[in-house]
Amino acid sequence: MPDPIVIVGASLAGLRAAQAIRKAGHDGPVVVVGAEPHLPYTRPPLSKELLHSEAEPALACDDLDVEWRLGTTATGLDLARRELELGDERLRYDRLLIATGTRARPWPGAASRDDAHGRVFTLRDLDDALALKAALSRATSLAVIGAGFIGCEVAASARKLGLEVTLVDIAPQPMTALGPELGTRCAELHRAHGVRLKLGAPAQVDADVTVAALGAIPNTEWLRNSGLTLQPGVVCDEYLQAEAHVWCAGDVTAWPHPLADGELIRIEHWTNAAEQGAAAARNLLGDRTPYAAVPYFWTDQYDVKIQAAGLPHRAERFEYAEPDVALGMRGDRVVAAVTFNAPRKLMQQRRQLAMVAA
Amino acid sequence: MTRVIVDMNLCQSHGECVYVAEDIFELGDDDVLRWKEEIDPSRADAAREAADACPMAAIRVED
Repeated sequence: MPDPIVIVGASLAGLRAAQAIRKAGHDGPVVVVGAEPHLPYTRPPLSKELLHSEAEPALACDDLDVEWRLGTTATGLDLARRELELGDERLRYDRLLIATGTRARPWPGAASRDDAHGRVFTLRDLDDALALKAALSRATSLAVIGAGFIGCEVAASARKLGLEVTLVDIAPQPMTALGPELGTRCAELHRAHGVRLKLGAPAQVDADVTVAALGAIPNTEWLRNSGLTLQPGVVCDEYLQAEAHVWCAGDVTAWPHPLADGELIRIEHWTNAAEQGAAAARNLLGDRTPYAAVPYFWTDQYDVKIQAAGLPHRAERFEYAEPDVALGMRGDRVVAAVTFNAPRKLMQQRRQLAMVAA
Repeated sequence: MTRVIVDMNLCQSHGECVYVAEDIFELGDDDVLRWKEEIDPSRADAAREAADACPMAAIRVED
């Protein structure tokens, strides 16, 4: 039996990688290692539909011919021996694909908080979402610390459930990823839906339930002594390759992107995980194609779908091209586009950005 | 012919499918998805790629 291709990470990027390997006709053994006990599922509904109504987040993967090693956490990597450490076990690989993703940044005081009273929730996994949903069903008020994507979506979901919601951030605007111009618009949206905003200064809030939405941290601690370069994601080349037999995909991946003038970027969004998982797998099988897809992401807050393409974090300022289309500018170049309830316009902007990135 | 089925209760007009296979899917001026319900089998792989790209898993492809 040859050593298997091992995929570490059983979420979207890992799943799409495994599917791409089989689709390419590779019939050797494939092992997918996942820290969570669940088969792959989709995370976007966890902060939205799953909280305020119903959602079935499972992803179709039943007929995939791979060995699932779920509830199994990778603890180390020996590149020279081509061995993955799973606690006391060593798993030899022929080629390795790292897709361990990110986790929610913990609330700094979490360890000292009593679980039954004053628990601070974070949201990343299905189990986090189910626990938060249960808590919200017994609560009348919610405080959300951190007004980024997850914080804003949780606030909107809780308003749909009829809770009193306070959204807190040290930044002067929500959604800082989209710059101050669009942040103002997001703030107005939340105010119009009855959310109390406490922004730009320390705030004291009393609420039944508290959610800390402080961003995400790449899961790379297990690679600390491996010799791979961490910054803080795993540094790869344009082919998503980190080392001779190692490729990466998804939130954990730092790779040079043409839209960023070849600087490293790391993307924590659904579409990147899906596309990059498949692309990294194809490169692992020998198809050396640079990965230069234009990042796409969205957020649903109340009745507004905000969509973005490109690299908003690289924009120096945002300018409105139309009332529902904002362009992120770096010098005189467009590096990102953001639309409000205008999917078709976003599509057009995305195509233009792809031409620049090509 | 290959059949393409979209659950419009799930579709949120992300446009991922349009981006992947614009000969099969398009967003109208009203931002509502339109698509070819029957396609040539030579485009089945493209339709499946579009189905994989859909964040809502709203697309099914049947041979």
